[in-house]
Amino acid sequence: MAVRRDLREYLLEAEFTVRQGEIMVLIGENGSGKSSLLHLIAGLLPPGSGHVKIGEQVLYDSMNGIHVPPEYREIGLVFQNHAVFPHLTVFENIAFGLRRRKVPEPEIRERVGEILARVSLENLSGVRGDQLSGGERQRTALARALVISPTLLLLDEPVSALDAVAQERMRSYLHTYVKTSNIPCIVVTHSFRDAASLGDQVGVMERGRIIQNGDLEEIRGNGSHFLHQFFCGCRKDSCHL
Amino acid sequence: MMGRRYFQGKNSLFLTIGAGVLITLLVVFIITPILGLFFRITFEQFLASLSDLVVWNALILSLVTASISTLVIILVGTPVAWINARHQYPGREIVDTLIDLPLVLPPTVAGLALLLAFGRMGLIGSIFYDYGISIAFTTLAVIIAQIFVSIPFYIRQARASFEQLDPMYEHAAKSLGSPAVPTFFTVILPLVKAGLIGGAIMSFARALGEFGATIMFAGNFQGRTQTMPLAIYTAMQGDLTAAITLSVILIIISFLIIALVKFKLRGYTER
Repeated sequence: MAVRRDLREYLLEAEFTVRQGEIMVLIGENGSGKSSLLHLIAGLLPPGSGHVKIGEQVLYDSMNGIHVPPEYREIGLVFQNHAVFPHLTVFENIAFGLRRRKVPEPEIRERVGEILARVSLENLSGVRGDQLSGGERQRTALARALVISPTLLLLDEPVSALDAVAQERMRSYLHTYVKTSNIPCIVVTHSFRDAASLGDQVGVMERGRIIQNGDLEEIRGNGSHFLHQFFCGCRKDSCHL
Repeated sequence: MMGRRYFQGKNSLFLTIGAGVLITLLVVFIITPILGLFFRITFEQFLASLSDLVVWNALILSLVTASISTLVIILVGTPVAWINARHQYPGREIVDTLIDLPLVLPPTVAGLALLLAFGRMGLIGSIFYDYGISIAFTTLAVIIAQIFVSIPFYIRQARASFEQLDPMYEHAAKSLGSPAVPTFFTVILPLVKAGLIGGAIMSFARALGEFGATIMFAGNFQGRTQTMPLAIYTAMQGDLTAAITLSVILIIISFLIIALVKFKLRGYTER
């Protein structure tokens, strides 16, 4: 995919490929354009120019005037703020996408039940979205994005609200999910653990551009302040390591 | 240190007394005229006036017309408020200002303007009159006058509710495969319903109390255009007890409406 769009302060311009079954982790400072890039791919923010392709399916192509609306893109997106519908129960939140696809009711119950167990939310299926804790909302949002069997998965800080043990469990589940369903996945994160355990490739974003792209070891060599802090956890100028 | 604490305590005492005096004055100011009405008639007189046909005609006409007006306002106002809250188009600010205009327009001016627009010789009324349809001085005119003066209350509240709603919920619904219209009904409306209900009830209350525009545009005909406020005005000329009875009924209905709004809104926010 290659997209280009004027944001408030800079031009977002990114070109990269994520293969089937591969996880690309995007890191970068706040405001570097990571979340905007996910929204551009999902079709929630129209790009100014470029193209977005998943396999053979063209979702956006400014040259040929193709723009598939977000509701027809079959992309699973987990928002940074989760966006769990507060007026619906956990079950109804997860079933939302299946109902829009007119999936038969018994199949909805089966698929939602299955994913509820996967994300350990079986006991909360009848609880409204506005009654959930941050971690429960995050798991609901993740389950809601996965249950529709997306052709591309976009995750904006998918495990940040979970405790350390739950984070590890969720990373492992996500890794297995992407590999077994063989879909491309892009994860935006500020966490080194996410990048280390999920990322097949890591892209570093700065002011709307991917300035470096490769595996974790490749980008570790870059001497920027941000990357030093990302890997080491401390400021470069006061680091004793 | 002690001195500072002493002054803080003294300030707090003055503030408490000041606030108490202000609130008492306001409550007395609002409640005295209302109590005045209640004390001017006996319960027997009140019951006797209730058997008066004028009272029932006015009460039923007021409730029916205000309900129809509110329904029309919701059906027209909701999409307009949504569009103005979420979409940019040329002249949006002018449309917004025009919607607010009836709020500042004296009702008699509104009535006169409606008469000149929808009357027999009016800009729109003359077209209808050519087809044998007369709008002015009919029950339809009462409804039009009520819609005209009370629609800004609903649209302002609805627009504010839509603007406060985080767009991420719409984005989430879209990303899950929900097109715009189902998203509006299944996600957006349920999330803003407290605001919309509040706006609708305020519009209903305004329509119920409408006087100036109605008397100018619809006239004052018992059973056809004589709503509660008009019946009170008419009764004042001869039968003060009937006027007080009508006023008391209107106060009770208004109080119930406001109480209902507060109860409903609290219910939605606590849920």
